[in-house]
Amino acid sequence: MTEVELDAFIDAAVAVLGLPIAPEWRAAVRGNLALSLRMAALVGAFELPDEAEPAPVFTP
Amino acid sequence: MTAGLAWASAAEIAAAVASRATTALAVTEAALARIAGRNGVLNAFTDVTAARARATAASVDTAIAAGRPPGPLAGVPFAVKNLFDIKGLPTRAGSAINRARPPATRDAVLVERMEAAGAVLLGGLNMGEYAYDFTGENVHDGASRNPHDTARMSGGSSGGSGSAVAGGLVPIALGSDTNGSIRVPSALCGLFGLKPTYGRLPRSRSFPFVGSLDHLGPLARTVADLALSYDAMQGYDAADAACADRPAEPVSGRIGDGIAGLRIARAGGYFRTGLMEEADAAVSHVAAALGVTREVEIPEAARARAAAFVITTTEGAALHLDRLRRQPGDFDPAVRDRLLAGAMLPAPLVQRAQQFRRWYRDAALRLFDGVDAILAPSTPCPAPLLGQQTFTLGGVELPVRPNLGIFTQPISFIGLPVAAVPVSNGKLPLGVQVIAAPWREDVALRIAAHLEASGACVAPRPEGA
Repeated sequence: MTEVELDAFIDAAVAVLGLPIAPEWRAAVRGNLALSLRMAALVGAFELPDEAEPAPVFTP
Repeated sequence: MTAGLAWASAAEIAAAVASRATTALAVTEAALARIAGRNGVLNAFTDVTAARARATAASVDTAIAAGRPPGPLAGVPFAVKNLFDIKGLPTRAGSAINRARPPATRDAVLVERMEAAGAVLLGGLNMGEYAYDFTGENVHDGASRNPHDTARMSGGSSGGSGSAVAGGLVPIALGSDTNGSIRVPSALCGLFGLKPTYGRLPRSRSFPFVGSLDHLGPLARTVADLALSYDAMQGYDAADAACADRPAEPVSGRIGDGIAGLRIARAGGYFRTGLMEEADAAVSHVAAALGVTREVEIPEAARARAAAFVITTTEGAALHLDRLRRQPGDFDPAVRDRLLAGAMLPAPLVQRAQQFRRWYRDAALRLFDGVDAILAPSTPCPAPLLGQQTFTLGGVELPVRPNLGIFTQPISFIGLPVAAVPVSNGKLPLGVQVIAAPWREDVALRIAAHLEASGACVAPRPEGA
């Protein structure tokens, strides 16, 4: 994602979640978001079957 | 006895107290004096509970005088990372925000169990804010310092725990480990540390970070002390939803059983790239001491680290969401900016990380059909300088803070038990993870005890401790 795209995403997320972000925090938040998305993309690139259960299993 | 107490083990102290060679009160006073003398430099303690400690010690001495068994940790001073509840104190968890919380009305269950075994709590220890840290730095309380070089990091997030034990202030400290926070300070400060199996030790009445990944455990200067404290803390507690309902499996009587028959291998691939030469050499040293020649690959370890990263940042963000809304300016900026980003990560990405976690667990468990333990580095380097922002690993310049835990994250991600062992080459200490199958802490500790007995892994004593 480009910096502009990330900023648009941050603007939307901040509005939806009600998170106050000071202008001087934005660059660090953007950097952390980009890193987190890269990490998530690495995980997402691993093929899993539709039946793959998540690790936490609820016990009634 | 008290003159030699700074580096005495918990086992030695308990034996001396139980045999009346000294008293719990004398041991406590000596520890309080060491804290008064050294904590100004180390900044390991954030709270010293001196009056409570003296009262607890007196009750231990009273029990001994009355002929009652004082417990296996009689008179042993210990301290806890300040995310453990200590009755009468707000549980700050390294934050400024939590100091407004009401004082805890009851100790954390592990504190209760340590004191039931005769140990004496001396106070709360410095830590990275809300445990989201590998450095031991804290913007509110200042950094805890590495006793081997006070210009360097203690490692985080249980930095005060590492600093207090390696600095000779207490023989045992308790810490927490979500992604490496016991194993990283154990490595940088030259200590033994135990991160038990996920669900083994109850976390009741401790401040959480990432419920899916949080573990509690001890740091010490000897394997016997790890085992003594671990045994004292085992047992189910229903107040922790993740605590496994299984009986205690004491290890103290078994750590000296040796390593005959154990199949041990070294982790290759991911765990042999992107680290400094001396960190790889530390694993080679331990492998040679154990006669290990076999290498195994833990599959998809890089992806496991990434998945742990995703779950950590999103679960952490969920925990702190209301505080991020109400008082974002009161956080450590480095923590806040990561949590804010975590709050924005879409849910399907998190669910994929949890699905991958189960796949990875199954793959790792298959490895243990062929081995009993796996060796891996604890950190990619020895202690960085305080304030250091980047280091170069494998020719790539990377930020220090998230990358000190690259080798610990893929292991805690699936809750495997680890005994972290120190390696000292006369310069700064390093650490090696001895990783065992779930619920086999005994295997990891037997190997650690063998390494200690052979002299291959001994907690180095820093100058001044």
